[in-house]
Amino acid sequence: MPAFRDIVRRIDSIKNTQKITKAMQVVAATRLRRAQAAVQATRPYADKMLEVLQTVSERATEYKHPFLIRREGKRAVMILVTTDKGLAGAINVNNIRTATRYMSREFPDQQRYVTLGRKGRDFLLRYRRDVIAEVSNLPDRPSQGQVLPAVTVALEEYAKGNVDAVLLCYAKWISTIRQEPTVRVLIPAEIPARERESTGPRADYIYEPDPESVLDGLLPRYVETQVFQAVLENKASEYSAKMIAMQNATNAAGDLIDSLTLYANKVRQAGITTELMEIVSGAAAQEGSN
Amino acid sequence: MKFPLRVVSVERSLFEGEVEFIIATGAEGELGVLARHAPLMTILKPGPLRIQETFGADEQLLFVGGGFLEVLPERVTVLADVAEHAEEISVASAEEARRRAQEKLAGTLSSAEETEFQNALAMAEARLRLARARRG
Repeated sequence: MPAFRDIVRRIDSIKNTQKITKAMQVVAATRLRRAQAAVQATRPYADKMLEVLQTVSERATEYKHPFLIRREGKRAVMILVTTDKGLAGAINVNNIRTATRYMSREFPDQQRYVTLGRKGRDFLLRYRRDVIAEVSNLPDRPSQGQVLPAVTVALEEYAKGNVDAVLLCYAKWISTIRQEPTVRVLIPAEIPARERESTGPRADYIYEPDPESVLDGLLPRYVETQVFQAVLENKASEYSAKMIAMQNATNAAGDLIDSLTLYANKVRQAGITTELMEIVSGAAAQEGSN
Repeated sequence: MKFPLRVVSVERSLFEGEVEFIIATGAEGELGVLARHAPLMTILKPGPLRIQETFGADEQLLFVGGGFLEVLPERVTVLADVAEHAEEISVASAEEARRRAQEKLAGTLSSAEETEFQNALAMAEARLRLARARRG
């Protein structure tokens, strides 16, 4: 039976750990709110971009931008978004698994990766996957400029004809307790149809310089915006997952403290009982000798 | 006569409100937009965006680092790649960016790199011009 003192020492150590996990939980909750605000801030641009893209593609129907052409080959580059730090539950494992499975299923000929985030990079390199570019240690509120290089590399691969598709995988934020690894096809680009029919015939634009150049300019930005939004949304998912993971850790520490306290009390009680027995039997022996 | 204007960049929304007149730097030169302008879609080059809430007065100055301008009968939208209010421009970092771009352009480059740095240079210069105009 361990000494009472040793168990108390263990309880103290767990209490310290619990304080840390509790603090991390609070920090994650604060950062989650900030990350959600960042996601919200990109919405007006993204919505507007889509709207303009829809209008332009309806007008320039005969022009086929390379990003809109479906290629037959089975080679792809995947932009994989993960976190830089751990202690965030299964979010990274889920993202990586979803991404690599999708890739080997849909694009058996060749798989390349561009990683945004340290965890994804480290994992893929350990398994000797072909990582052609990586960006890591992004701040909580990254600027478009910090995410852009990764997207540019992926788009260049496509433009050079080295791959036939560009994909994106990130953790979609559904609720604080639910994040879903999601794969999106960036190229060939699908421009989602309008949700509602535009009311009445719209006046045609004057294009400066011409519809083709406008579409040429819009499409890469559309892709970039999707990746940027994915990075921000992944941040929100990361902090949600971290918050839950830390909450679970705090609870588990609490349970452990409770059961150890019970055990410590039993040990203490056992000690007292043994001492009493010794005293009583000692006294009885004394009486017997008298 | 006023029309609704919205200026958004990827990171945030910079302006939203009723205005009478704007001047932007389009692909084919400066262009002014008044209410009832013909529908237009143009690429913007790095440069200033001047917003006048009443014609000829209350001018707000924004820097737009390229993007798109959409003019529709009922509203006008600026989709900016990068945008900031004139007072947010840091002259020091713009000068630094210009110096770097000039250095790179002095060396030998592939054509893709050259366009990239030409772009960076144009951005830095547009920022500086704007910052100076505001001061002087």
